[in-house]
Formats: sequence, structure tokens, C-alpha cells
Amino acid sequence: MKINHHLDEATIFSYVAGSLSQGMALVVASHISLCQSCQDRVFDLEAIGGALVEQMVGAEMSDVSLEQALARLDDNTESLSSISQGIEACQESDIPKPLRDYIGSLDNLQWKRIGLGLYYFDVIKNAKGMCRLFKLEPGKVILPHGHRGSELTLTLRGSYSDVVGCFTRGDIADIDDQVEHEPVVGGNEDCICLVALDAPLRYTTLLGKLMQTVTGF
Amino acid sequence: MHVVVPWGQANMTSTNTQVWSDLLVEMAVTQDKSLYIKLYRHFAPKIKAYIIRLGVADAAAEELVQEAMLNMWRKAHLFNPEKSAASTWLFTLARNQSIDWMRKQKYPEYSLDSLPEYSECVPESDLGEKAVLCERMAQAISQLPESQSQVIYMSFFEGRSHSEIADRLTIPLGSVKSRIRLAVEKLKLTLRGEG
Repeated sequence: MKINHHLDEATIFSYVAGSLSQGMALVVASHISLCQSCQDRVFDLEAIGGALVEQMVGAEMSDVSLEQALARLDDNTESLSSISQGIEACQESDIPKPLRDYIGSLDNLQWKRIGLGLYYFDVIKNAKGMCRLFKLEPGKVILPHGHRGSELTLTLRGSYSDVVGCFTRGDIADIDDQVEHEPVVGGNEDCICLVALDAPLRYTTLLGKLMQTVTGF
Repeated sequence: MHVVVPWGQANMTSTNTQVWSDLLVEMAVTQDKSLYIKLYRHFAPKIKAYIIRLGVADAAAEELVQEAMLNMWRKAHLFNPEKSAASTWLFTLARNQSIDWMRKQKYPEYSLDSLPEYSECVPESDLGEKAVLCERMAQAISQLPESQSQVIYMSFFEGRSHSEIADRLTIPLGSVKSRIRLAVEKLKLTLRGEG
């Protein structure tokens, strides 16, 4: 798989810092699982994170802290789960492991239709953010829109194009409030993307604004 | 807005990354609890300081430290000193655990299952450099302009999103990202021994 579009350095730093919403972090983790180059960048930033923590002046620990910690070392009840997760991770799948943990497979989802050739499935929907799968039929055009915050879009199947470029499997679009676009689905197969926002979209047409009241995205 | 940056008073001589990584590897092989005690005494207070800065109260922070150190004991066989320093590995354990606990939600982790070739391609040249990384990194951070160390601090230690930082500092979102990029670029040069 040749990946041409990668994460912004600032986004990777926030992921490593743990400061992304759960939805944004899921898209980032999914891309990183597919992308050697971004994986290397994460390792670099985690090394910086480790160095930051290493240099911190330590906090005072309670007197019984070490004693309590030692008492727990021989309790092995939780360690089995991590082993079984490791085995599960080796199973074949065309979707990244972090996403698979949430939805299992892409093929058995109960898609909701929101227009001609446009479907969605909510992966995460809570007060702190939203992460949604979109399925678009070939030739479908998303209404033009801008952004109030950041938008992350990971292409899982098919392809689409916009002012930024052409995105195929594994590519990530990491865009912010400076970008307005009108994505068009290319090729002959459905395009499936994982999308997270940290603020609602800003549609530039009346139709788009009306759609937004229905879709909540 | 004034931010007190904790690494300004960093102790530049107390760390030797390689020694701690070696100890962790040895502990994984021997299951020697005396090595665990050494690692605990060194890392637990630092990890607690990090967790407290994320906004966790003292008692809960101590519980999370204990969990992280227990995970260190149980997962030590997964630690690969060619990939990361012990401090880096422990930081990622503590980060994921703290975020999961604070948000009562799982913080999604990347997985290596699609990249089986990764473990074979760690450049040899990285290994020696890790030994002095922490000292160099502390120096590099102390030399960042305040505008950059501030956003790094707010993202890393306060767990704030780019949008939150932009609101708090009343600067555009793009400026937050470019400041982080500039700071990271300098820290990466240091990481590679070029800074």
C-alpha cells in the first residue's frame, strides 16, 4: 500500500500527549497502524515524551506505596487478557486494528442513509466528540463546506478527490479551519472513510446547512 | 498568560537512560523483585508528577502509578530497548492508562499488526544516542522560545486540544499548530543528535 497523505506533526504531537478527543485519536491510531512513516514519527515524539517525563522533578510517594506495589506483583489474573489481545491482532482484516476494536467488520454494519448515495455509521458519538464512518457511491459529491476546527479523514476503501489532492486507502486528510472543500468520489467502487471533527462543519450553501440539521455533522 | 514550565529546573546529571533500559530488560528475564524496586524508586515519583500535571488528584495519581508500575512488571517482556528507552515505554503505559481513567473511555492505541517488518528495521545508529537523550532534550526544551514551550506544555502536560489552546491564548488555530510544529522540529533535531 502506497500512502501519499500523512498526519500533521502537530496532530501527532497531540496524539502522543494524549490530548486528542477519543474520536480524533481513533482516526490517528488507525492511520498509524497502516503507515510506517507516521509510525516512525510517533516513536520519535514518544521518545521526546519519555525524555520530558524523565526530566521531571518527582512527586512525593506515600510511605506504603512501594509495599503495596510489591504485594501486587504475584497476582497474575489480568495478564492473560493482553496475551489474547495479541493473538487476535494477528487475524487478517482490511481495516486497522484500532477501528476493528470498535466495529468488528466493515461489511456487517447497519448503515444509515442520509441522501442519494450517501450513508453513515456512528462509531463514537458522545459529548466529547464524534467519529463517523461514511460510505459514498462512485461520482457522489459532498456539499462544499469549511471547518470551525480540525477534521481528520482516513480513507479505508475506494478514493475521493478535493482541492488538497486525491486520497486512496490509507491516506489521511488532516485539515483545519483554513480549508474549504467539496470532495468528489472517484473510481468504480464505494468510498468508505473514517471521519472525526473537533467542531461542527461550516457549510457554505443553504442545502448544506439544511442537511446539517438532519445529519448532526 | 504566564506558564510555569516544569522542565526549567531539570536535573541534567541524574539520568542515564541506558542503565534503566538495561535494568528493565534484566528484570523481564530474571523476574528479580530487587530490580523492580530500583525501577520503582526511580520512575514512580516522576510518573506521579506527570499524572498530577494531567489534572489527577494525589491519591488517584498514586493508584495510577501503581497500576502503571504493575503493568511494567507484567509487560516487561514486551519492552524492546532497540525501539525505545525505558522512560519512553513507561511514559506511553502511564499516558494510556491515565487518559483511559480520566475519560472513563479507552484512548485508542495504534497497533503494529499491519507492519510486521517494523521490528527488523530499527537503525543501529539510534541505539547509542538514546543514552544521552534525556540530558540533551532537557537542554533543547529550555532553549525553546516561550511561545513554543508554552504550547508544548499546554498540550503535553495539560492535555489540551489545539482548539482549547487557541481559545486560551486567543490566537488562531493555525498558529497553535505551527508553534507546535516549530518546537517539535527543534526537539527532533536534538533527538537525532543534530541539535
